[in-house]
Amino acid sequence: MKKTFAVGIGGAAGQGVATPGDIFAKIFSRRGLHLNAYNAYQSIIRGGHTFLTIRTGPEKVTNMGDRLDLLIPLNQDAMDRHLGLLTEGAACLYNADTIKPGIAAAGVELCPLPVSELADISRNKVAQNTLAVGAGLSMMGIGFQAVEEVLGEQFKKKGEAVVSENAGIARAGYDYATAHFNPFAWPLPMTGKRHAVLSGNIAMAMGGAAAGVKFYCAYPMSPSTGVLHWMAAHARKAGIMVRQVEDEIGVVNMAIGAAHAGVRSMCATSGGGFALMSEGLGLSAMMETPVVVIDCQRAGPSTGVPTKTEQGDLWQMLGAAFGDYPRVLAAPLDIGDCFKIIPEIFNIADRFQCPGIVLCDLLLSEGRLSVDPQDLDFAPVIDRGELITEASSSGANGDGAYKRYKITDSGVSPRAIPGLLGHTHTAASDEHDEDGVLISDEFTNPTKRRAMMEKRMRKVAGIEASVPPPELWGPRDAAVTLIGWGSTKGVIEEACEILIEQGISANQLQIRWLVPLHGEAILDILKGARHTIIVENNYSGQFARYLRSETSFVPDGYIRKYDGEPFMPHHIVEAVKEQLSGKSTLSVPAHEILV
Amino acid sequence: MATALAATNHVALADLKGKVDPDWCPGCGDFGVLAAVQKALVDLQIPNHNVVTISGIGCSSNFPGFINTYGMHTLHGRALAVATGVKLANHDLTVLVTGGDGDGFGIGGNHFVHSMRRNVDVLYIVMDNQIYGLTTGQTSPTSRVGMKTKSMPFGNVEAPVNPISLALAAGATFVARGFSAEQKHLTELIKQGIRHKGFSFLDVFSPCVTYNHDNTYQWFRPRIKKLEDDGTYDPADWMAAMGKSLLWGDEIPIGKFFERTDVPALQDAEPVLNAGPLIHADPRIPAEVGRAFVEELM
Repeated sequence: MKKTFAVGIGGAAGQGVATPGDIFAKIFSRRGLHLNAYNAYQSIIRGGHTFLTIRTGPEKVTNMGDRLDLLIPLNQDAMDRHLGLLTEGAACLYNADTIKPGIAAAGVELCPLPVSELADISRNKVAQNTLAVGAGLSMMGIGFQAVEEVLGEQFKKKGEAVVSENAGIARAGYDYATAHFNPFAWPLPMTGKRHAVLSGNIAMAMGGAAAGVKFYCAYPMSPSTGVLHWMAAHARKAGIMVRQVEDEIGVVNMAIGAAHAGVRSMCATSGGGFALMSEGLGLSAMMETPVVVIDCQRAGPSTGVPTKTEQGDLWQMLGAAFGDYPRVLAAPLDIGDCFKIIPEIFNIADRFQCPGIVLCDLLLSEGRLSVDPQDLDFAPVIDRGELITEASSSGANGDGAYKRYKITDSGVSPRAIPGLLGHTHTAASDEHDEDGVLISDEFTNPTKRRAMMEKRMRKVAGIEASVPPPELWGPRDAAVTLIGWGSTKGVIEEACEILIEQGISANQLQIRWLVPLHGEAILDILKGARHTIIVENNYSGQFARYLRSETSFVPDGYIRKYDGEPFMPHHIVEAVKEQLSGKSTLSVPAHEILV
Repeated sequence: MATALAATNHVALADLKGKVDPDWCPGCGDFGVLAAVQKALVDLQIPNHNVVTISGIGCSSNFPGFINTYGMHTLHGRALAVATGVKLANHDLTVLVTGGDGDGFGIGGNHFVHSMRRNVDVLYIVMDNQIYGLTTGQTSPTSRVGMKTKSMPFGNVEAPVNPISLALAAGATFVARGFSAEQKHLTELIKQGIRHKGFSFLDVFSPCVTYNHDNTYQWFRPRIKKLEDDGTYDPADWMAAMGKSLLWGDEIPIGKFFERTDVPALQDAEPVLNAGPLIHADPRIPAEVGRAFVEELM
């Protein structure tokens, strides 16, 4: 089993949960450790409860895990909710002046900090946080200079006095812990690696910049807003036009306008905003103007639970906009993949002149992961497809020789951008002929309509050929095959490792490309499977239903979760055991947080 | 001769003739708007490949198909959003947006207001016939109170919007009104609107001869009064423009209500566009910039 260490920090919004989280994340990452962070929060700016889990270790950490090693409750509420989750070997650091501990399990060390003795709390309102950071690092076996360095960066803008004041408080916490508390059994190691730590939203924004996106627009909507924030902050350096638009209908249409004029154009939203974009996707398909739309799923329907995760938008993506048209739909597998998938989907959208949809979710969008900086490649392949950007010397202007929607074997027609001599044409949302002239105003023209429909739909075969089929990971002939899609990759992977350790061989089929699905290849993989279970973060088994509709495949069982929180490895492990013993074919694990 | 003209890039009316003839009803006001736009482009000598005509959906939104420029016939109400994207991706293009009152003030009302405050540099021509034509005659956002239509057979009880006042309030930097039967005057307004750097709004009375029997050519003719004929009218005076915009009855002003040139057009307010249109930019971010982005995360 991989060695990991998890810190949980809980408190009210506005109490400063984020800063100690950032400090720990930076220190872990600079020791060359991997990390994964997940912040559970509610839709409130001040007050309420928020809980950040940072899990770290020398090997890849793909999810929040099952266990907390260090709990830092910043208020009584956080203590009451989370103390009961600690098990042997864990510790809880808390402000002894204001928080009463509950009853902890055997082997859990309670570590009260006499905050008012150690720091001047009239001067520094978040002294308890900084003391806890210092104390925690001492217990983890990390030298103090690492803290000093990060505090220096964290508070640089506030001036030298603030830096030294905070360093002093951290030092007091550090020394107090060294003198009074037991160090953790496993001092955190150091590796020679360097990692970048980023959220899925930042990764997708940077992936866009790397893909050559020159136009980005959005309407703020959780959990997609982080993409807008990165884009806005880096727009000038990256040469990207970023606009905040009045609504998502405007967003998708503005993005299509920019794409039509010839630049790569992207937008991001969540389910509700995507619903407004639906008609625009049809426009992109009909005008054959490529655009990439990111949907960061949150728990629905309607406004739903804006700060909670779900994989509940799949069928919205599959059914978005009326009529039949080619589309590409991909779900990134982890935060590193959020970066990588953007140039890939742009190349396909550009080559096949159709909409590309990235189906992300809150877990990846707002989670953070350590990524090898080499994986953030700013020189990916950029394939703009059959794009005409230079005027033909021969064709006189408007001589009618250029056919924007020329019927071809591939279904792809060379696309001229406005401004070129000799290529004037009208791109229309109405059905049109090869010239772009509307056929909707004709009495009827079944021949042209059929030809244009078939031309567009021929692109589907080309898209399928350009996307690799999924692969099975883990031992062949396993007792159980777990099938997932998108963001559940990491947690299913860890569940498989635990199962194998416990003597149950398990493997994993994780779907990244949802459209095209490669149904035949999936059937080939699954026909040899002994027991198949589809794991997904929604109520109705949206992927299971999709897979069945495309392939007639029916698995042996299902594991579903739709309570707003992501899967933890043990949820899957226990459900698999339950199902293998024949007790159930549908498991809905309960999320253990005291509320 | 034709070759010689092409060589000197002379723009002639024939260059602007669309692939198909308009299929508007005989007598439709939109014919006059099309002719005036074509004439204006010839007068300004803007080559047709540098023009994009963008519309939504409706009778008048068929416009891009009837003129030989680059054209986009988009979704109902969304032309301004699409046009904003086009202009920001390539601000060397002349962007014309054409549509009707239902498209612009009804379903597209949100984009109408925000495009004006954004001061995106396009000319927006609304062929305002105060009725829904393509859907065979329903009340529009500019239909008068009391007007009987298929959707309000007992008469409209909802107050119409005043497009001119709305545009002034929303911050449009060029606001004008034309009449499709006043060709020379309309052509002049279109030319001014194209030349204006910023959002130009041009509401054009464009009578529907099939479904609107109230606001006919005959009804408009005695009422319209050109602002240009009033030597004392100052289109730089916003308050005066607002006052004039409220006139509706025996006297209905047409002409340029308002223009200001001190507000930068959106493309000039965005430093990202200083280096020229985005379509000419290298898709690749310089390696050192990419490295710096990654470095921030370490």
